[in-house]
Amino acid sequence: MTVVTQKMNMIEAINSALDNMLTRDPDIVLLGEDIGFFGGVFRATAGLQKKHGKTRVFDTPISECGIIGAAVGMAAYGLRPVPEIQFADYIYPGLDQLVSEAARLRYRSANDFICPMTVRSPFGGGIFGGQTHSQSPESLFTHVCGIKTVIPSNPYDAKGLLIAAIEDNDPVVFFEPKRIYNGPFSGFYDRPVEPWSKHAGSDVPQDYYRIELGKAATVREGEALTILTYGTMVHVCVAVVMETGIDAEVIDLRTLLPLDIETVEASVKKTGRCMVVHEATRTSGFGAELAALVQERCFYHLEAPVERVTGFDTPYPHSLEWAYFPGPVRITRAMQKLIQE
Amino acid sequence: MVKTKTNLPPLRLHIPEPKFRPGDEADFSDVVVPEIDEIARPDEGSAPAAIQNLAFGLIRVLDNNGNATGSWNPGLEPDQLRLMLSNMMLTRAFDDRMFRAQRQGKTSFYMKCTGEEATSVATAMALASDDMCFPSYRQQGILITRGYPLVKMMNQIYSNRADHLKGRQLPIMYSAPDHSFFSISGNLATQYPQAVGWAMASASRGDTRISACWCGEGSTAEGDFHSAMTFAAVYNTPVILQVVNNQWAISSFSGIAGGERTTFAARGLGYGIASLRVDGNDPLAVYAAMRWAADRARTNNGPTFIEYFTYRAEGHSTSDDPEAYRAAKEFEKWPLGDPVGRLKQHLIRIGEWSEEQHDAQAAELTDLVKKTQKEAEANGILGHGLHQPFESMFDDVFEHLPWHLKEQVEQVLEEQEAKFGPDWEPR
Ligand SMILES: Cc1ncc(C[n+]2csc(CCOP(=O)(O)OP(=O)(O)O)c2C)c(N)n1
Repeated sequence: MTVVTQKMNMIEAINSALDNMLTRDPDIVLLGEDIGFFGGVFRATAGLQKKHGKTRVFDTPISECGIIGAAVGMAAYGLRPVPEIQFADYIYPGLDQLVSEAARLRYRSANDFICPMTVRSPFGGGIFGGQTHSQSPESLFTHVCGIKTVIPSNPYDAKGLLIAAIEDNDPVVFFEPKRIYNGPFSGFYDRPVEPWSKHAGSDVPQDYYRIELGKAATVREGEALTILTYGTMVHVCVAVVMETGIDAEVIDLRTLLPLDIETVEASVKKTGRCMVVHEATRTSGFGAELAALVQERCFYHLEAPVERVTGFDTPYPHSLEWAYFPGPVRITRAMQKLIQE
Repeated sequence: MVKTKTNLPPLRLHIPEPKFRPGDEADFSDVVVPEIDEIARPDEGSAPAAIQNLAFGLIRVLDNNGNATGSWNPGLEPDQLRLMLSNMMLTRAFDDRMFRAQRQGKTSFYMKCTGEEATSVATAMALASDDMCFPSYRQQGILITRGYPLVKMMNQIYSNRADHLKGRQLPIMYSAPDHSFFSISGNLATQYPQAVGWAMASASRGDTRISACWCGEGSTAEGDFHSAMTFAAVYNTPVILQVVNNQWAISSFSGIAGGERTTFAARGLGYGIASLRVDGNDPLAVYAAMRWAADRARTNNGPTFIEYFTYRAEGHSTSDDPEAYRAAKEFEKWPLGDPVGRLKQHLIRIGEWSEEQHDAQAAELTDLVKKTQKEAEANGILGHGLHQPFESMFDDVFEHLPWHLKEQVEQVLEEQEAKFGPDWEPR
C-alpha cells in the first residue's frame, strides 16, 4: 500500500488527524470555544463542522469547566471527546474537572468508568501574547496522577501523536506549541521565519497513522552532551547546536508522561552530560523531574551536574519577551558550562 | 452502544446557530423594540420579585426622532449631555487611532469598543468617581470619562519605557487605582466575584462607596459569573453587575451563551437580584439604569444586575476578521442604531448642538489623539528599544526578591551582555 503524503504545517496536520479520526470513529466529538463554524481561533478545526456535522464538531459556551466537565460526561456515556481549550492559559477554570474527575475516574471507580478524552490546547510563548496567551503549564499536569501529557514538535509527530492520544483510553492533555504552528522557530527571532515546507517533519501522510505515546525521538545524535527537550525548544536547541558546532545529542521527548526513560537513560549514559531545556518557568518545572530522574538513574555516568535552561520564574512579560525566552544565548552559555566542567 | 426503545422518540442534540452567516443579508426585523416606558421606572427600593418584568423589557429613553421621554429620562443638563457625547467621541477616536497603530506594527494587539461606548461612558458618568470599577477589556470609556491621561493609556499600549505597567501586560490591560479602576485580567469573568468582594468589604466597613463590574454576554457562562451572582445575592451586596450583550463572543453568537432561551437580564432573577434590560445604544437609558442601580446599592437595597443590549460593530480584536463568521454590514442594520449618533441627534433636536459643532469637535478630538500619540511614541513603541530595563522583569513577582529571582536578575544581565557585547548599557 502506498502512503500518500502531503506538505502540511502543524495546524494542517492536527486538522488532518482530527478529520481522519472523525471519519473512522463515530464516537469522536470535538467541542470548544469558536471551533465550529469558525474552525477555531488558530483554524485547527477549519472545515470539520461542515464535513462531519454540527453534533460532532460544535461551539461551546465560554466555560472551560463546562467543556471539560461535559467531556467527562460524554466519555461516561461511551463517547471519545476531544475538547479544545482556546489557550492553555485558560485551562484553569476547568482544572477541577480535569484533576479531580477525569484523572481519577478510572481509579476511584475501580475501572467502572473511564475517561478517554484528549484535551487539545495551544501553549507557549514567543508571539507577544503577554501573560495570558503564553504560558507553559505542562508540569501542573505531569504532577497529576492519571493524566498523560503529550507535546509534539512538528507536523508529522503532531498528527501521529494526536491520533494515538485520541485512541488512548485515559485522559490526555495535548499541548500544541503555538509558536511553531506555521513554521519551525530557531529562537533567533531577528532572522526571517522559515516555513514548515523546508522541514522533513512537514511530509505528512494523508491517512491514519499512529506514533505511540511514551516514545521519544532522537532528533540529532551526538557525543558531547544530551539535551532533553520538547515542543518549540526542540528547534531552538537544534539551531543552537548547529550554530555552536557543539556535538550535542538532542532528544525530543514528545510524551512527557509516560516518559521514555530508556531513551533518556541510554543517551545520558553515553554522553555523561545532560541539559534539560523548556520554556516553562524553572522552579518545580518538568525539568526538575527530569534532573531528578537522571541523577537517580545515571549518577555514576555523569561528569557534571545536570543543567536546566528554562524561562525565568516570572509571569510571561509582554515587551521583554525575548529577554524572558530561553533562547540561543541562554542555551549556549549552559552548554559551554556543561562541557567545561 | 445506542439504546433505543421503540415506543420513545430518539433524542436530539440542539446546536444553536445564528440566523445569518457570511453571504447572508442580515435582517433584524424580529428584534423586539418595546415602546418607551412600556415598563415605568419603579422605586429604587423595590423588591426584586416585584419588578421581574424589567428583565424582559428594554429600558429606553431616546425615541427614533431623538426625543428624550418617559419615566426613565434622567433629565441631564445640556452641558452633561455634551460631555457624554464628547467622551464617547473621544473613546471612538482613540480606538480608531490605536487600532491603526497596531496595524502599523507599533504594538501587538488592540481591542475597540465601537458601538458600545455608551456602556462604559454613560455608566461611568452615573457612578461617583470613587466607586470602584472592575471592567473587562472593552470598557476603555470608563478611563476616558474619569479623565485618565490618554498618554498613559498609549504608553501601556506601546509597552514602552513610560508604561506604568512596566511593559508586562498585553495592550489595553490597564490598571488605574487612582481612578478606582481595577487591573484588567485576560481571564474572562474573574473580575465578577472580585467586584462583589470589594463591595462586601466596603459594606463591612461602613464605607459609602459601591462597586461595579462588566463582562460580555459570552463570559456569563464562566463559573466565576455564577459564583459572583450567588455571593452578591447572599450578602445583599452594594454591587452593580453588568453584562454588555454585544451579540458576539469572538465568532460565537449570543445563542451559544444561552441567549436563545431567555434574556441575559433574566439570569439575575433566579438569584433574587433586581434585574434590568436596557437599550445599550441609548446613552440616556444606560445612564438612567446605572443611576437607579447605584442609588439602590447606596441605600442598602442590594445588588442590581443589568444587561445592555447592544452590538459589537467591529471585530473582536485586531486578531480576527468578523467577515469569516457573520453577515457583512450587520451593524448598519442594527435596529438600535449607534450611541454616538443617537445622542448627537438628541442634542441637535433640543437645540443644543449642530452638525457643524459636531464635525468641529470630531476633528478636534482626532487632533488631540494624534498629538498625544506623538507624545507617547517619543517614549517608544513595542519592540523598538525604548522598553523597560531588563531587570524590571523580576520586580513585583513578590514584594521582596527571593534568592532565586536575584540570581535570575544577574543571569538576564549577563545574557544581555553576551548578546549585545561588553559596551552594552542597560536601557
Ligand atoms: C477563561 C477564558 N477563556 C477563554 C478566553 C478567550 N477569549 C477571550 S475574549 C473571548 C470572547 C468573550 O466574549 P464576550 O464575553 O461576549 O465579550 P466581548 O469580547 O464580546 O466583549 C474569549 C473566548 C479568555 N480570555 N479567558
